[in-house]
Amino acid sequence: MKIRDSIERKLTEALEPTRLSVLDQSAEHAGHMGHPGHGTGETHFQVDVVSRAFVGKSKVERNRMVYALLAEEIAGGVHALSMSTSTPDEAG
Amino acid sequence: MSNPVFDRITQDITENDVVLYMKGTPMFPQCGFSAAVVQVLSGYGVQFKGIDVLADPSLRDGVKAFTNWPTIPQLYVKGEFVGGCDIIREMATNGELTKLFQDKGIAVAA
Repeated sequence: MKIRDSIERKLTEALEPTRLSVLDQSAEHAGHMGHPGHGTGETHFQVDVVSRAFVGKSKVERNRMVYALLAEEIAGGVHALSMSTSTPDEAG
Repeated sequence: MSNPVFDRITQDITENDVVLYMKGTPMFPQCGFSAAVVQVLSGYGVQFKGIDVLADPSLRDGVKAFTNWPTIPQLYVKGEFVGGCDIIREMATNGELTKLFQDKGIAVAA
């Protein structure tokens, strides 16, 4: 399975997001140093999640939730993961 | 529990008000995310200690375990973990970082 798809599936199952976007930005970073990727070429992602699961949680806690869900991907060659994490109220 | 790397991190974040664990140095960041946080801190004129995790693999892994945070950069203010690049950028944009520096008594250049 593509890494992008597995990120999307894991976040969808665990956080039941009302909005989710997983963007593969690897092409913008091709050839940049310290960029292993383990041959998949999928190394840089931007993840935007809107979910009720974030209500009452600090930003650090929200990011930790996402990191924990994607621990396998991060260990397996995803070199950079940017994220925004909002509740439905914050996202408006 | 005695862990020399954790002890060193504890010492660094206790002895310095603002510490940035980063890839490269503040003058020569080796990663766009580290560079972005350096730029934010420099914009505030905040004095900070930049610690290059690339210079020491045990620190690179150690700080991730210490903070329970899998990525670099990591910003500590007065011994407390504030966040990584996304959080710092967001806090700079919405004014929370200004408030944090004020609350913690960190001098910023007006």
